[in-house]
Amino acid sequence: MTTLTEATDEAAARETPARRSRRKVDRLPYLLLLPCLAIIAVLLLWPLGQVVMMSFYKLDSVRQLRGDREWPWVGLANYAQILGDPFFRTVLRNTVLFAVANVALTMVLGTLVGLLLNRLGKKMATFVASCVMLAWATPALTGTIVWKWIFDDTSGLVTWLFNKLPDGLSTTLFGRSDWTGYGWFNDPLLFFGILTLVVVWHSFPFIAVSVLAGLKSVPTELQEAARVDGAGPWRVFWSVTFPMLRPVFGILVVLSTIWDFKVFTQQFVLAGGTQDRSTFMLSIYSYAEAFSPPPKYGLGSAIAVILTVILLVVTALYVRMVLKQEDES
Amino acid sequence: MKKIALNGAGLLVALFAAFPVYWMVATSLKPNREIFSSTPRPVPAEPTLEHYREILTGNLIPGVTFVDFFLNSVLVAVATVLLSGLVALLAATAVARFRFKLRTSFLILLLVVQMIPLEALVIPLFLMIQRLGLYNTLPSLILTYLGFSLPFAVWMLRGFVAAVPKELEEAAAIDGASRAQTFRKVLFPLVAPGLVATSIFSFITAWNELIFALTFINDQQKYTLPVAMTFFFGRDDTAWGSVMAASTLFTLPVIIFFLLVQRRMVSGLVAGAVKG
Repeated sequence: MTTLTEATDEAAARETPARRSRRKVDRLPYLLLLPCLAIIAVLLLWPLGQVVMMSFYKLDSVRQLRGDREWPWVGLANYAQILGDPFFRTVLRNTVLFAVANVALTMVLGTLVGLLLNRLGKKMATFVASCVMLAWATPALTGTIVWKWIFDDTSGLVTWLFNKLPDGLSTTLFGRSDWTGYGWFNDPLLFFGILTLVVVWHSFPFIAVSVLAGLKSVPTELQEAARVDGAGPWRVFWSVTFPMLRPVFGILVVLSTIWDFKVFTQQFVLAGGTQDRSTFMLSIYSYAEAFSPPPKYGLGSAIAVILTVILLVVTALYVRMVLKQEDES
Repeated sequence: MKKIALNGAGLLVALFAAFPVYWMVATSLKPNREIFSSTPRPVPAEPTLEHYREILTGNLIPGVTFVDFFLNSVLVAVATVLLSGLVALLAATAVARFRFKLRTSFLILLLVVQMIPLEALVIPLFLMIQRLGLYNTLPSLILTYLGFSLPFAVWMLRGFVAAVPKELEEAAAIDGASRAQTFRKVLFPLVAPGLVATSIFSFITAWNELIFALTFINDQQKYTLPVAMTFFFGRDDTAWGSVMAASTLFTLPVIIFFLLVQRRMVSGLVAGAVKG
C-alpha cells in the first residue's frame, strides 16, 4: 500500500511543470502526504519488518547489529526455544490474566464513574471530573513512583495504615501485626495486585470520560421512559443505555486490551528494573532478553513478534469497528 | 438521600483519583522528619522548599544537575513537536481537503500503525540507530518520537482542517490567491488552535517516553528526565522528599498542558463512535 503511493509520488516529482499544472488536482494530495508516508514507512513499518527478520537470526552482540560481524541464520530456532520453555508459558499466562483482569476492572470502574458523572449536579460533576483528569494526566512514570512511595515498607502510607489495625485483628487476618519492613513488592501475586491498582488508576479516567461523552450524545428520553415504566437502574443500563453505547464500549474494550497487554513503564518502575523474572510479562520479557547482559536480540525479537501477532488480532477487530462506524456516518 | 449517596460516591472517586497527585506534592514540601515520622501528616506542618533546592542545585553527577536533564527533555520534546506538527499539517490537509484514490487506504494505514506495539520496535529501532551512527545522541530520540507521535497527530488534525469551511478558501481562490497563499493566509490561521492542541499531545508523548530513552542513550549527561528519574531517584528508596520534588517538576508541565487539551483526546480516540 505504501510503496504504491510512493511510486506515484516519485512519478509526480519527475513530471514536467506543464503536465503537473494540468493535473495539479490529482498530484497535490500525494505530494502533501509524501513526508508523512515516508516517516511512517521508515520509522514504523520498516522496523516492524525488521523485527520479524531479526527473530530468524542468532544475534548476541552489538557488533553484529553494527554490521561488523556475521548474522547466523537459525530459522525458527528462536521460536522453538521460547515456545518449548515452560517459563514462556508462565509469562504468557501472567500477561493474559493481567490484561483480562485490568480491562475488566478498568471498564467497570470507568463506566460506573462515567454514569456517576452524568448524574451528579453541575458543580460536583466538574469537581470530580477535574480530579479524575489529574490521574489521567499524570505520566505513567511519576504516577508509579508515587504509588511506590505510598507502599514504601517503612514510612509508606499503606504500611502505616496496616500498622494502625488492631493487633489482634491484623494477626488473625494476616498472621502479623507489625508491618514495618514488610516487602509489598516481594510476593508476585501482591506485586501484580499493586500493578493492577496503578494501571487501573491511570486508565479508568479515559473510560469514564469517554462513557460520559457517549451518554451526553444520546437522547435521554428512552432512559426516562424506562424509569417511568418502573425499570431499576440495573435494568435501565443493560436494556437501554448499553445497547445505545455499544459501539463506544466496543472501541474502549479493544483499546484497553491493547494498552494493558503491553504495559511496560509501570512494571519497570515498580519492579525497579528487569531483575525480578517472577513478575515478567511479554513486553518486559522481550526487552530483558534483548538488552540485559548477555544480549539476545534474536530471541527478544521472537518474543516481540509473538506479542505483536496477539495484538494484531485485537487490532483487526478494532479497525473493523471503526470503519463500520465511518461508513454509517 | 439518593443525592447524598451520589455525592458521597463522587467524593470517593475524586479522592482515589487525585490523592496520589496530592501526596506527591505534599511530600515534596515536607521536611525529612515529617516524611519519615511514624505518623504521617495529611498536610505539611512546616512546609519547606529544601528538597527543590536540593535537586535544582545539587550535582547528580559531577557538573550535571536536574536542570540539565530537564533541558535535554525540553529539547527532544520541542524538536519532536515542530517536526511532527509540520508533517502532520501537510498530511491532514491532503486527507481533509482532497478526494483521491488512496485516501481511504491512508486512513486505514493511520489507524493500523497506531496499534503497532511500540515496545516491540525497541530492538529493530536500536538496530537502525546503531547503523545510522545515532546511538547515544538526542536526535535518535527525536527521530523515534516523530514516528510515534505522527499518526495520532494526523488523525487528530484532519478533524480541525475539515472543520474550516471550504468556502473561505474558495473565496480566496476566486480573489486570485495562489494555493500557497490560501494555505498560509486562510487555512493556517484557522487551523492554528488545532495545531496547538495536536502539538501538546506530541509533546506529552515525547516528554513521558522512557523505554527508548533508556535504550538509546548511554552517556549520563545526555539522559532525558524520565531516564534520570529512574536512574537517580527511582531506585533510591530513602530520599523520598527529593524524589517527590523531582516527580512534581516532571509532572507539572504535563498536567497543565493536558488540562488544556483533554477534550480533543476523547473525540480523537473515539471519533465518530456515537452520533447524537
